[in-house]
Amino acid sequence: MTGRLPVRKTYKLYVGGAFVRSESGRYDGSRGFNVPRGSRKDVRDAVKAARSASGPWAARTAYNRGQILYRCAEALESRAVDFAVDRPEIDASIDVLVHYAGWTDKLQPVMGGINPVAAPFLSFSLPEPTGVVGVVAPDSPALLGLVAELAPALAAGNTAVCLLSGDHPLPGLDLAEVLGIADVPGGVVNLLSGRRAELAPVLAAHHALNAIVDVSEDAALGAEIDRLASESVTRVRHSGPATSYDEAVRDPLSRLEAVTELKTAWHPVGA
Amino acid sequence: MTGTRTQVVWDYAPAPESPDHVRLRDSYGLFIGGEFRDPVDGERVPTINPATEESVAEIAFAGPQDVRAAVEAARAAQPRWAGLSGLERGKYLFRVARLIQERARELAVVESMDGGKPVRESRDVDVPLAAAHFFHYAGWADKLSYGVGGREVAPLGVAAQIVPWNFPLLMAAWKLAPALACGNTAVLKPAETTPLTALLLAEICQEAELPEGVVSIIPGDGSTGATLVRDPDIDKVAFTGSTSVGKDIQAALAGRGVSLTLELGGKSANVVFEDAALDQAVEGIVNGIFFNQGHVCCAGSRLLIQESVADVVVGKLWERMGRLRVGDPLDKNTDVGAINSREQLERIEELVDAGEGEGAQRRTVACELPDRGFWYAPTIFTEVAPAHRIAVEEIFGPVVSVLTFRTQAEAIDKANNSAYGLAAGIWTDKGAKAFEVASALQAGVVWQNTYNHFDPSAAFGGYKESGFGREGGPAGLRPYLRIA
Amino acid sequence: MLGKRSIKTTAKQQGIRLAVSMMDLTTLEGADTPGKVRHLCAKAVCPAPTMPEIPSCAAVCVYPSLIGVVREGLEGTGVKAASVATAFPSGQASLEVKLRDTEEAVAAGAEEIDMVISREAFLAGDDTRVMEEIVRVKEACGDAHLKVIIETAELGSYDHVRHASMISMEAGADFIKTSTGKASSGATPGVTLVMLEAVRDYMERTGRPVGMKAAGGVSTSKAALHRLVLVKETLGDEWLTPERFRIGASSLLNDLLMQYQKTQSGHYARPEDFSKE
Repeated sequence: MTGRLPVRKTYKLYVGGAFVRSESGRYDGSRGFNVPRGSRKDVRDAVKAARSASGPWAARTAYNRGQILYRCAEALESRAVDFAVDRPEIDASIDVLVHYAGWTDKLQPVMGGINPVAAPFLSFSLPEPTGVVGVVAPDSPALLGLVAELAPALAAGNTAVCLLSGDHPLPGLDLAEVLGIADVPGGVVNLLSGRRAELAPVLAAHHALNAIVDVSEDAALGAEIDRLASESVTRVRHSGPATSYDEAVRDPLSRLEAVTELKTAWHPVGA
Repeated sequence: MTGTRTQVVWDYAPAPESPDHVRLRDSYGLFIGGEFRDPVDGERVPTINPATEESVAEIAFAGPQDVRAAVEAARAAQPRWAGLSGLERGKYLFRVARLIQERARELAVVESMDGGKPVRESRDVDVPLAAAHFFHYAGWADKLSYGVGGREVAPLGVAAQIVPWNFPLLMAAWKLAPALACGNTAVLKPAETTPLTALLLAEICQEAELPEGVVSIIPGDGSTGATLVRDPDIDKVAFTGSTSVGKDIQAALAGRGVSLTLELGGKSANVVFEDAALDQAVEGIVNGIFFNQGHVCCAGSRLLIQESVADVVVGKLWERMGRLRVGDPLDKNTDVGAINSREQLERIEELVDAGEGEGAQRRTVACELPDRGFWYAPTIFTEVAPAHRIAVEEIFGPVVSVLTFRTQAEAIDKANNSAYGLAAGIWTDKGAKAFEVASALQAGVVWQNTYNHFDPSAAFGGYKESGFGREGGPAGLRPYLRIA
Repeated sequence: MLGKRSIKTTAKQQGIRLAVSMMDLTTLEGADTPGKVRHLCAKAVCPAPTMPEIPSCAAVCVYPSLIGVVREGLEGTGVKAASVATAFPSGQASLEVKLRDTEEAVAAGAEEIDMVISREAFLAGDDTRVMEEIVRVKEACGDAHLKVIIETAELGSYDHVRHASMISMEAGADFIKTSTGKASSGATPGVTLVMLEAVRDYMERTGRPVGMKAAGGVSTSKAALHRLVLVKETLGDEWLTPERFRIGASSLLNDLLMQYQKTQSGHYARPEDFSKE
């Protein structure tokens, strides 16, 4: 009697809440698996899905978004054994999700406020999500580096399109399965594996993107992203990867500020 | 079709929320040091269902030695609790929030059985808000400085917390969540007539594996509370209840340097201007005074109507009151439940009699009330003068007193003419007027074109004799922190 | 508060029977044919042969070209023949065309006419033209009763819904109706309540009872019973009659029958238990 043959996993992209193959049909190898090699059309589809999902996601209450992020933490905790990642990195990633779950309904009092204008008006300034955020994830740490940028973007009410590390895409694709069970609405998070040099410029140049967070630590690519983003005044933040929980939460406001807009409104006060 | 049509009558059938799935113990001890213990010098008493006057379960009141033991346990647990990272403390509170959500239905049914409020309210308001409060403050635990303008903070230590019978679980959440998030430990005394959901919350703390001693729950009567606030080893007192007891507590703490927050009574003005959307205003008035049988500190118990629309509004209000359903709190169609206790019923009756004696015009909805239990039908007083007792004193029942005004300035004056200052409502379609009146009112919470809305992120608390300190939002952290 | 009423057991059964008796069973498709309409008439007269205590519907509602078929199918049953008219659903045609549309429907036997207001005039602020059209159509109706559809989804705000309701009643509507069923939303709880309040206030002011029809989006028994709660608690039990309240729907009927069957047997029914037409 021979041993039981295990059923092998097929890795897929995560776009619009569904697990799809690259429309190009191409693949790269990673740790013995065939991993989809995302194309410019996949990027296009992901941005479209993220744009479509951004209105409803932003319209949910902050409390609801916080609960969903917390559920992502619950899901990652329960699936931790599936990841080929060191346990401390997973624990840190879970805790980062918990930390940012608690920011959703705190950003407004911390970043917004009432403006004491010198005229009889009630004037207030409110942070709002910028819309669709692109993330160019780092090679290392593959999971924590991604979560440390994704969590604040979502906490602020944005949807996201993330380009995973070319060398270490599997933790990001495994994360997709975790998000798939965590009540995250389709299109709110999109995860694409592929070659960064090929896809990052496409993402940065996409006019429907509102902001891009570049954690590639590649200066030449970073400059190219800056240049392409300028075509549609896309907001850009460059950052080194968070390599620990403490680093990921050391300055949360900077991560949140990079992906929010401030709206100021005025209303007369008087008879 | 010829001939007379037979009159259709469509009555709602009973729609009881089943208590079958609720598993209550026959007897609950005191929750101290992470476990349920027999009282040392306190007594065991039944807690009754005010709709039936039957016992729901046996509970224990804490005696003086029990109170001491609880404070000791809280003190012992405090350094380690405060020594945890904010993230870790927050994760305990997130667990509590999730457990409340999981046990939501059970908590809602028990809240209605123990306190008398309609199950629709405990299901849709009390329990969800309690879970949300823990969830919100869980997220502050590792962000405290951001909530206080960047200052360095430290916990106060041991918090003694006394909560009332009108929103038992919700008030327990409002007290425990911020205290614990800030690194304090707590001794909570639920109200005499409504200990059960707090005791279930104690079970939830056990399920969440909250370290022993971080939370103690010790039911008791007024003397238990008095003993607790006089304990020599507490750092903080937080009290929600009547203004007269609040004043006693403030006096008892004189010279002790114990931090205090008070959330007391009110006689809140609900102001309807002639340019209000009147049908919506009527719904808001009903929600403001008949929600939870009027047992709400911020109830809109003084209805101030602009004279030009007073008759129309009173007419619509009276008609709407006639459709309120008074009865079994466990029936999902009930709008007005049972009065919490015989004592409270007597207080309401006394004040209503006084109102009639003073010359105000009373109308009470005619409805069949059950034989057993404590009930009061929705009541409206017109021809009320500002000096009448029913316009000045808090009735804490389903009784609204109507006064009129001519101008905006007069409305503001009348609304502010009270020793209380908890809440107010403003009904007008003109935004500029709504904001102008809001800034002129001496009330801690102002609702514009709505009433009785609460959120863990929105600070709540009073001006003047309605108390001081705030619960909710970053302002709700401050009372539980020491600036280091 | 009203949105949370829980309707159980006997109240539910009675409510379902009431809802069926108030239904205008409707088909308004380009592909409607006499055969389909004949089936619908049979269904409206006897919705569930296995449950004879279920009453007939109030009316069958079709396009003018099929009213003749409806009249034949409903002969002697007491169920009314209702027709849409006035360039339904958009109303974007000349007044002459709309009147001719109405006259032909009436001549073909329509006992009830469901017209649409001119939203183009309303949104431009031309109340006079909106009302004038209603007055003329009412004349063209003769003895037929007139329902005026205000198309709430296109009006933009509750204030507009109330205003359109008021001017329609002032212009002589026998019923005011929420929607054509062809727009993005229909008789939501919010617009239903606003219109019922308008009916109540108009009644109080003039003494004339105008009926109300909730059409579009009421596809489940729960939704239908909820609308009945709104009627009961805004206008009173006297309004719980097809003379004063109607529900315009098509798939709702089978959901009502399935729910009714469940109250009797205790088991969940399936769509196949009832004929689709």
